This record gives sequence, structure tokens and C-alpha cells, in this order.
Amino acid sequence: MITFDQVTKIYNGKEQQVKALDQVNLQIEKGEIYGVIGFSGAGKSSLIRCVNLLERPTSGKVIVDGQDILNLSAKELREAKRSIGMIFQHFNLLNSKTVYTNVAMPLLLANIPKNEVKKRVDDLLAFVGLADKANSYPDQLSGGQKQRVGIARALATKPKVLLCDEATSALDPETTKSILQLLKKVNEEYNLTILIITHEMGVIREICDKVAVLDSGKVVEAGSVFDVFSQPRTEIAKNFVRSVMHDEIPESVYQLVKAQDERHQIYRIVFVGSSAGAPLLSQIAKQYAVEVNVLFGSITELQGIPFGNLIVKFDGDEKEINRVIMHIHQQDVTIKEVLADVS
Amino acid sequence: MLVDNQQIVAALWETILMVGISLLFSFVIGLILGILLVVTRKGHLWENKVVFTVLNAFINIFRSIPFIILMVAVIPFTRLVVGTSIGTAAAIVPMILYAGPYIARLIENSLLEVDPGVMEAAQAMGATPWQIIIRFLIPEALSSLLLGITIATIGLVGASAMAGAVGGGGLGDLAITYGYQRFDTTVMLITVGILVVMVQGLQSTGNFISKKIRRR
Repeated sequence: MITFDQVTKIYNGKEQQVKALDQVNLQIEKGEIYGVIGFSGAGKSSLIRCVNLLERPTSGKVIVDGQDILNLSAKELREAKRSIGMIFQHFNLLNSKTVYTNVAMPLLLANIPKNEVKKRVDDLLAFVGLADKANSYPDQLSGGQKQRVGIARALATKPKVLLCDEATSALDPETTKSILQLLKKVNEEYNLTILIITHEMGVIREICDKVAVLDSGKVVEAGSVFDVFSQPRTEIAKNFVRSVMHDEIPESVYQLVKAQDERHQIYRIVFVGSSAGAPLLSQIAKQYAVEVNVLFGSITELQGIPFGNLIVKFDGDEKEINRVIMHIHQQDVTIKEVLADVS
Repeated sequence: MLVDNQQIVAALWETILMVGISLLFSFVIGLILGILLVVTRKGHLWENKVVFTVLNAFINIFRSIPFIILMVAVIPFTRLVVGTSIGTAAAIVPMILYAGPYIARLIENSLLEVDPGVMEAAQAMGATPWQIIIRFLIPEALSSLLLGITIATIGLVGASAMAGAVGGGGLGDLAITYGYQRFDTTVMLITVGILVVMVQGLQSTGNFISKKIRRR
């Protein structure tokens, strides 16, 4: 649905050039919710703005719904933008207009007949749960309600793609959740392709199917959310994953790690999918002459797949512990020794 | 008192006429120039360095001439337009030249206050530059724009009184000819009083309407 092909964006500053995007290649399929994560200044905003040409790439191609949008005339581009909705961090609503007029605006710009506009806007406001706010002004709404208006407005022209520019970054966690659920609903009911940029890994975990990690204008890691979360390859991806997975080892455990010897060894065990449900540890305790002590654990759900992370201490004879490790390796889980000098 | 009520009413009417007509014209000129000043600047809808630089300089020149001098300086032009250089009609010409660029600056200011995010949303929706100006820029700036127009109108009331110095008619003329030159303190007080009430009324009305429109 959206293809970035070698997209590069360079800003010409007074002193030096800034490369905001560096040969970015991304493929976003129809109906997908695709998240792009990165720190501020990583080039996320430039990336999403290249889709509807709020910013023009310096080189490369952007294909949206089969159209090379860089080759469109001004008129064709305006036409194309009707099938690309966009919502913003600060909502960007018209403060001087009612909720109704805000949502109707894209239709009014397209000269759609009044009665059709009314029907469409009423439907949209009902869809986002603001049917009773049609005559309110944006300053009478909460942040979450404003973003709902933004979503309704973005959907007015029945787009095929929805761009979300840090859409939840100005909202509190509760509201963020409800807005993300609304986006999920939009995705499911209209089979809309959604591109989200964010610096919050929670957003990616909550609703994205795929994720790309952007660092200094380059895509350093991309794949399904499950793969990136369960096996992040780059340091930056690991940091982002850690920010939501809470798998860092607590200080108290860390002290124990320092004190480990042959008889007390500490391991991290990662369970994925069905293995998360298997009674691995109790089996070990029964079959081997070791004591199993769970120091820390967390289980998260990713894309409906359980993902567990346990830090355990094995007390016992070194040979016996090695046999346990062998046993675990035969299962569908990952085990790694935790050392004092690495987390 | 050297003047009767009828003369005062006539003078008041002349002032209202001068302010009203010059406001109308200078508003149209100011609106066009103000919008151009905003949309031709760097990174805006119709970025155009030449137009912006020329316009900016032109407005600054007019803004830097004191009204009393402007009035005298443009006499040939005034004569060309209305056929005479004295009287109410003749006063209106320099008043328009004075207030037009002033209003342009005020409108520029109001339009620049509009959240760039709103403009971005408009562009993302596929609005034409014209639609952006009419449907986004002006409505969002309207409340602040109205306060600017109020300030300009009050400035014009002041200018109209000054026009009295060169025989422009109106309350200023009355105050100078009778109140100042013939030492009639009553006429002076009455004209000043009327001007004060007028300005108060204009400002309150402007504030009231602007507040009604403002939605934030």
C-alpha cells in the first residue's frame, strides 16, 4: 500500500546539511498497522510527511496505492491526498469551527453536496463516539475527544491510508489506550492501512503488526512486532523493548548475580507462545536434584502470543545444573546465563 | 458658544463619513496586502522573495511618514483623484494611504498567529492555497483580526481630527477653527468629549464582537 524506495531527505541548513532520512526502504502492506519508532530527531516526522508530501523527499520514490506520488501534478496530488488521512500530535483542529464543521471540512473542500456531508459527518461522529458533541467547539473538549474529532476528520473522505503523527503523545495513558483501541477498530472495520510514528514502544506493542526502528534517518531494524520484541538485534531496539517489557534485572537480583558461584547459577529463560504455558520449572524440580528459585519474572502478550521472561537461580551440583541446561535447550525456550558484568 | 448644535451634528457626521469611507477602502487594501505579506514569506503558500521584500519596504515607507506630513505630501495625488485638495473628500485620500499599510501590518500579525499545525492539516486534506486562506487562515485569525481593525478605526478617528488642520471638515476642524483659533473652550470641550465617547464606543464594540467570535 505504501512503498518507500531509497527515500532520502536532506535539509539544507545555514552551516551544514542535515540528512533526516537516509535511503529508507519500507514496504507497508494493505490492511497493516505499521509502526515506526525512534527517538526525537531520528527522522520519523520527515518519513511520515513524505507520504502525503507535506515534505518532499530529496531523492527516492514513494508509492501510495500504486501511484508514484512524486510524479503527480498539483491537482492530482490534492486528489490523492483525499485517500490519505492524517492525524496529529496536537490535533490541529480549527478552533473557530464546531466539531461538526471540523469533521465536514475535507468534504466541503471537495465540494460534496450538503446533505451527503451531513449524513457522512453524523455517521463518523457516531463511530468515534462524539455524536452529542457536534455543536461543541474544540476548546470545550478533552484531549482524547479532540483526537477523536481528528480521527473522524481524517476518515471523512474514506481514505485508504491513515497516517498517525505521534497521535497519542500528548495524551495520558488511559486516553492513549482508548485512542489506540479506536484506531484498531478503524483498521478492522474499514480495512484501513495505518502508518504510526511514535517514540512510545507501548503504542507499538498495543496495536502494531509490524515495526521499523529508525535511527539517524536509517531503518536499523524492521519486522513483525513479535520478532522485534522477542529478539531485538540492535542496541537501540533492545532499549525500546526494555522500555515496555520490564525485563531489566532488579538491583536486588543483581547483587545475587554478583555472588554466584558454581553452586548457585542464575539464568534468564525466555518463553514464547505455547511453551509459556508448559510447566517447565516444576518438571525440572522433580526430575533433577536442583532447587529452582524464581528471582524475577514477567509475562506480556504480544499480538495475542504470550511472551514470558524469567530469571531463575539453580542451586545444586554443577554437573546436575548442566544437565538441567541441556534439558531446557531441548525445549522451545531460550536460556542464557546471567553474568555479573552484563545485565 | 460660537457654534450651534446643528454645526456640531454636521461635523460629527463628516467625521463618521471620513472614518467610514476611509476604513472601507483601507481595509480592502490592508487585507490584500496583509495576506500577501503572509503567504509570500519563506516557507509559506506562495513563497516569493521579490514580492515580499518589495511589499515589506513599501509598507514601511508609508508607515514611517507622520500623517500630517503625508496629508500635505500627497496633495497632487489627492487633486488627481477627487479634483480638490480641501474638504472632506480630499481628507479621505490621505487617510486611506495612511490606514491601508497600517491595517496590512495588523492583519499580517493576526494571520501569523494562526497555528502552523492547522495549515499543515489543511495541506494534508488537499486544500488549494485559496481554500487554505479562505477556510482556514482567515476564520482562525478572525477574532484577533477584529481587534486589529478596531485599533485601526480608532487611529482613523485621530487622523480625521488631524485632517481638520488642513480644512478637512469634521469635529477636528470645528475644534481647531473655533475652539483653538477663537478661544471657545466650550466648543473644544464638546468636540473632545464626543471624540472620547466615540473611541470608547468603538473599542467596546470591537472587544465585544471579538470575544463572541473567539473560541479558545
